[in-house]
Amino acid sequence: MANLNININKVKFKNPVLAASGTFGYGIEYSDFIDLSQIGGIFVKGITTYEKEGNDYPRAIETPFGMLNSVGLQNKGVDNFINKIYPKIKNINTNMMVNISGSTINDYIICAEKINELDKIPAIELNISCPNVNSGNIIFGSSYSNASKVVNAVRKVYHKLLIVKLSPNVTDITKIAKAVEMKGADAISLINTLMGMAIDIENQKPVLSTIIGGLSGPCIKPIALRMVYQAYRSVQIPIIGLGGISNSKDAIEFILAGATAIQIGSYNFIDPTISLKIVNGINEYLDKHNIKSVKELIGELIV
Amino acid sequence: MKKYISDWKIKENTPLGKHYFLLKLVLEKSLPEILPGQFVHIKVDTENILLRRPISIHYIEKKNNELWLLIQIVGKGTFRLSKIKPNQYLNMIYPLGNSFSIPKNLNKEQKLFLIGGGVGIAPLLYLGSYLRERNFNPIFLLGAKTKNDLPQLSEFKKNGIVYITTENGTLGEKGRVTDHSLLFKINADFIYSCGPKSMMHTIAQYAKQYNIPCEVSLENYMVCGFGVCLCCIEKTIQGNICVCTKGPIFNINQLKWQI
Repeated sequence: MANLNININKVKFKNPVLAASGTFGYGIEYSDFIDLSQIGGIFVKGITTYEKEGNDYPRAIETPFGMLNSVGLQNKGVDNFINKIYPKIKNINTNMMVNISGSTINDYIICAEKINELDKIPAIELNISCPNVNSGNIIFGSSYSNASKVVNAVRKVYHKLLIVKLSPNVTDITKIAKAVEMKGADAISLINTLMGMAIDIENQKPVLSTIIGGLSGPCIKPIALRMVYQAYRSVQIPIIGLGGISNSKDAIEFILAGATAIQIGSYNFIDPTISLKIVNGINEYLDKHNIKSVKELIGELIV
Repeated sequence: MKKYISDWKIKENTPLGKHYFLLKLVLEKSLPEILPGQFVHIKVDTENILLRRPISIHYIEKKNNELWLLIQIVGKGTFRLSKIKPNQYLNMIYPLGNSFSIPKNLNKEQKLFLIGGGVGIAPLLYLGSYLRERNFNPIFLLGAKTKNDLPQLSEFKKNGIVYITTENGTLGEKGRVTDHSLLFKINADFIYSCGPKSMMHTIAQYAKQYNIPCEVSLENYMVCGFGVCLCCIEKTIQGNICVCTKGPIFNINQLKWQI
């Protein structure tokens, strides 16, 4: 049995397999299928300062080796999370982390300040990259100056592990990775979904109510892997890789490319037990290759 | 209700006309409680189909540990499923969703209408048998385009009185199930309905007009099937809620349909 522990700053993870926000509910929805304490951590469904109804139906469609979604951050707001959900999840024996989004910098600050007070939440993931919310026409993650501003503002009020989730919908991922590192991000996670669309040719209309949505699933894996590889060569802070991971081979590719940890996203929908299969698969790989700790694999790609 | 994920063995795969097939699956351990109106989420075992396919439960044959699925071939997923052979396995998540309400007080005179259109007849067999087991007398109104699109009639007849419409008049009354003369002769005490949305709309309008409690089964496009992706939402008086967990069965008073 290899050592699967990793650290990101001061936070210890029992293994590098984490559940991606928006694909894992609040964790408890999976407790019929797996022992939640066996995964490294869970990013709960994205929360916002105020309740959001989300986008109209239809919100999803299957695409070749992937899917498009446009949920639009439906959630009941940060206060509901603190009062109703946090008490139910705070004793789950893994790192429960919160993904937060906002339409304005002030929204992010309010959310981050409130989450900072929760003892059993060791980290937030700042979502500056949701493609499905029209934030007064600003997607923070697509502009270096906006990304810098929001990270700068949240860093001042949030004193635990600050992870920033990056958008792939940019011309150069390394510039934005460096920008958020400079403003105090402790780690970055990448990638969020790629913007895409689908058309129903029978009625000649877009499939999604929002016309454009976020593409995820195995089809985006090569792009995500490339971006993790590029980011690893540009920043010093740890990288959490995600995008289309559906088995332990995919996970190991991301770790070799430079990811300290990985997240499972859409594939949780297809196999709700996949995260544990990936934990076991990584362990078997390390044993087979006689590697004592998963840390020895990070960024060890031979080029 | 606790959810499970298991491999089920195919016992039989019977083609029923051009568009339908009946799968009988067995679980090699005892079945959990499964309620009428619930569904299973099936992994289609081929690389190029990513998402699971939600299929409503047609019937539970308790004594043989069997679950039946009546499936219409509508796309590549259901087409692939139609080719599965006995002794192969299907991975399913089950049982999912809520269930039809069962009247609390037994009154054999209660007129319970189970109205189905097309493949929407599927969950009504299990509902009918469940009601019959509890000594109710379900009345089925089943409609389809032609007689060949109405499979499993003998099974329905074992569990209640069956009235039929076909659009081409090859069986029962000619027309749509929403036009069946019975609806204008007898007042139902409760209506359960499953079928195309336009059909359920008409039934909902009828139920509202005559002040009959009515439940419909929705089939919004689903991804996860257990309430985490938030894709299959329906607008209700409680806001946007997931059809996969808070449905698929809704009382029409919960919905924001224009009826």
